[in-house]
Amino acid sequence: MIKTDVLVVGAGPVGLFVVHQLGIIGLKAEVVDNLDKIGGQCIELYPDKPIYDIPALPVCTGESLTNSLLEQIKPFKPNFHLNERVQEVTQDNNDWKIVTSKNKVFIAPNIIIAGGVGSFEPRKFGIENAEKFENESIFYSVKNKNDFKNKKVCIFGGGDSALDWAIELSKFSKVVLVHRRNEFRGAEHSAEIAKKLEKEGKLKIKTPYQLNSIEGEKKINAITIKNEIGEIEKIETDYVLGFFGLIMKLGPIAEWGLNLEKKTIPVNTKDFQTNKKGIFAIGDICTYPGKLKLILSGFHEGALAARGCFKIARPNETYRFEYTTTSKTVQERLGVKESD
Amino acid sequence: MPKITYIEHNGKEHQVEVPNGFSVMEGAVQNNIPGIDADCGGACACATCHVYVDEKWFDKLPKKDISEEDMLDTAFEPNKSSRLTCQITVTDELNGLVVKMPSKQG
Repeated sequence: MIKTDVLVVGAGPVGLFVVHQLGIIGLKAEVVDNLDKIGGQCIELYPDKPIYDIPALPVCTGESLTNSLLEQIKPFKPNFHLNERVQEVTQDNNDWKIVTSKNKVFIAPNIIIAGGVGSFEPRKFGIENAEKFENESIFYSVKNKNDFKNKKVCIFGGGDSALDWAIELSKFSKVVLVHRRNEFRGAEHSAEIAKKLEKEGKLKIKTPYQLNSIEGEKKINAITIKNEIGEIEKIETDYVLGFFGLIMKLGPIAEWGLNLEKKTIPVNTKDFQTNKKGIFAIGDICTYPGKLKLILSGFHEGALAARGCFKIARPNETYRFEYTTTSKTVQERLGVKESD
Repeated sequence: MPKITYIEHNGKEHQVEVPNGFSVMEGAVQNNIPGIDADCGGACACATCHVYVDEKWFDKLPKKDISEEDMLDTAFEPNKSSRLTCQITVTDELNGLVVKMPSKQG
């Protein structure tokens, strides 16, 4: 069990900057994110795309912004809990008890949700009975490649994950790579290797095909694939792997008893608290009259939410507004001034 | 102003006027038309504004660029008439455009 002042849900730019705002007023934060890396949408969706509206940064990229924010919050040594999704939030006397998908438990008087559009999860097959086979015959990631040894495996997708796994698994499995069009969007080099393996008879490539049906009782025996002119082909297979990128889902946040408006959480603009005391929402996930989904708005929202957290985490202390330019206390927290 | 018709998967039609220069995605979002999520806000980075363009219209649209075609790989049940609405800019030529939403976006 981890006790902290504030649990931050989401390690995107807004979640990172709020760690800074909490840190300079003396509050400790722990950060949880379902992705395996820090940076949220900035890293997952557009690491290389230029951003032109971060104040005082004429241009940056999703990646450079994330790195700068990490540098800025370094003095506060936040703990990141990646690859974990916040599952349950329940009241625990005056605190919130938070349980993650890895069964880690946090106790905190405050939660700041900086979850963007939700957590990133793999996109899945649309076929009706696909869900039934999930984690048995259908997988959206590879945990242990030996599970597929000497088996028949159908891999769907045209990006790097699909290509890389097709190449890797073809060393000891019977692999069919299926993609909706003839071109692969993954690295050219990987696509060339896959095509070479096909010529050598070590791998089959079926394009432009998509999954059409699944046959089997508990486990998959065979699938059919269909192309754009309606031709159907049957493939016997033990496993099906799908690599269609990630999609954002609100997920368990919807179960925490918060008011919701479409996929966003209404807040007051005084301290960005939700309808639950001690639960705040900032960044793209919050809504209020005039809300702009900009990173810069999220920074402002975080600054106010942090002060809201202070009142709840330190009910017996008086909050003092201080500037980083002049406050000795703040400078000590930032590690830029020696304490006496 | 060009009129665009959005047809939900359940068949419900919404015809709205969308100003020139806006994207077909923005036309849906600003008119609260369900079925187009646009999670990334129009950066061609998420494929949740995916539609099937009416046959009569598909060839009249400006062609897809590589990034849109790549992104469509990750869309929900794409087919040959698939487009991402954030990449289609409304012009007078598109007056009467009809697009159909998939059963879901993700």
